Amino acid sequence: MMDTPVFFSLCLSLQVALVATAFVMVVGVSVAYVLALKNFRGKEMLDMLFTLPLVLPPTVIGYYLIVLFGRNGLLGRYLYGLTGFSIMFTWYAAVLASFVVALPLMIKTTRAAIESIDKNLINASYTLGHSTMSTLFRIVLPLAKKGIMAGAVLSFARAMGEFGATLMIAGNIPGKTDTMPLAVYSSASSGDWSKANLMVLLFTLISGSFLYVANRLSKRFV
Amino acid sequence: MGLAVKLRKQVNGFTLDIEWEIGNELAVVFGPSGSGKSMTLQLIAGLMQPDAGMISLGGKVFFDARRNISLPAQLRHIGYVFQDLALFPHMTIRENILYGAKGIEQSVREKRLFDMVSIFRLDGLEDKRPGEMSGGQKQRVALARALIRQPEVLLLDEPFSSLDTSLRADMRSFLKDVRKEFNLPVILVTHDIFEAVSLADRVIVYDEGKVSFAGKPHEVFNPQTMPECEFPLFFSYMFNRGFF
Repeated sequence: MMDTPVFFSLCLSLQVALVATAFVMVVGVSVAYVLALKNFRGKEMLDMLFTLPLVLPPTVIGYYLIVLFGRNGLLGRYLYGLTGFSIMFTWYAAVLASFVVALPLMIKTTRAAIESIDKNLINASYTLGHSTMSTLFRIVLPLAKKGIMAGAVLSFARAMGEFGATLMIAGNIPGKTDTMPLAVYSSASSGDWSKANLMVLLFTLISGSFLYVANRLSKRFV
Repeated sequence: MGLAVKLRKQVNGFTLDIEWEIGNELAVVFGPSGSGKSMTLQLIAGLMQPDAGMISLGGKVFFDARRNISLPAQLRHIGYVFQDLALFPHMTIRENILYGAKGIEQSVREKRLFDMVSIFRLDGLEDKRPGEMSGGQKQRVALARALIRQPEVLLLDEPFSSLDTSLRADMRSFLKDVRKEFNLPVILVTHDIFEAVSLADRVIVYDEGKVSFAGKPHEVFNPQTMPECEFPLFFSYMFNRGFF
């Protein structure tokens, strides 16, 4: 029933977005925790660095990623030298691109959620003999849960829709790295309107139902 | 078993510079807001670092600037009741109290919880959350949570400020019973002179980050040494102490 390339793009998009969101949650919550509760020199610099992808054009981010992770890139060359593997033009590159553009959304919402927790709750936990780790898992994260969920939803949506940076470092290889947004672009530019229509409709349906579920969930977790 | 405090701390142009010592008694730190009372509690508990000085409880040194000792808050074994009580909103009353039972053996925990629930008259409320309780009940949960680990000193930061007058009177007499039951030094911070008079074994008066007076309540709250201490208040103090 369903066109195989369309199905492939859809699955690839979901796969990339899910994996990217998983990494975004782990890294984003850790960074947000440090930014919200620790004081150190260069903290605002660090915040700016992590926020930058929010305001840069995705193609610029993609360019930076090539400079860093390309086969001759600052980091990529070591990976290639050691393993003969390059992340360029693989679906991992699509994950990396989605990760970088979605991370600021996670950090912003989670940092705000952690900063809004009454500082005395954290202090109370310390005076009751609980370590920083125990306080993190039993007080900070549960109380920031709503913000973390919201951040994850935003990140997932952003990752699903990633186009510019993905195009730069993963390319638009049919059957390999053409996620939905890229496939829509290809179909429209080659005049394959029926395929484009199908994908646009699918994408809208999926994103819409995803938002609906997220809203329901966030209400239940109040 | 006394608490000795000698501290200096400068924050945003305000300087706290104090020195006092208490035994196994109920000490009231009294003074206007902004005089450094709450800050003193935070410094004792290890939630803030003093610039200089020393804090020790019994033989245990919590902080000594000269010897570079500063025990983290977790190891000071202090019971602390915050002004806003700081009950964990996402936990039930049982979970809140047991959160304070860190390091207590599993077999003893339930027994200890049972004791705390009955001492603090919380029977039947164990599965409620803080948001569903009255001010007085929350107060007692905060005390139970702070005391289940049997700390060596109890710090109370304006604990009754959110309660109405009749409930305050209840809590004051309740607090005296609690001190008897747990037999530990208590430091209570307040700007309510009546609370100071009716509860204190010893009063430490703060004024702009310094100790301006310390002693027994009848020495401190005496119209001769403190003109604002009018007769009716003095009368009520004497009445409370059973002088009539």
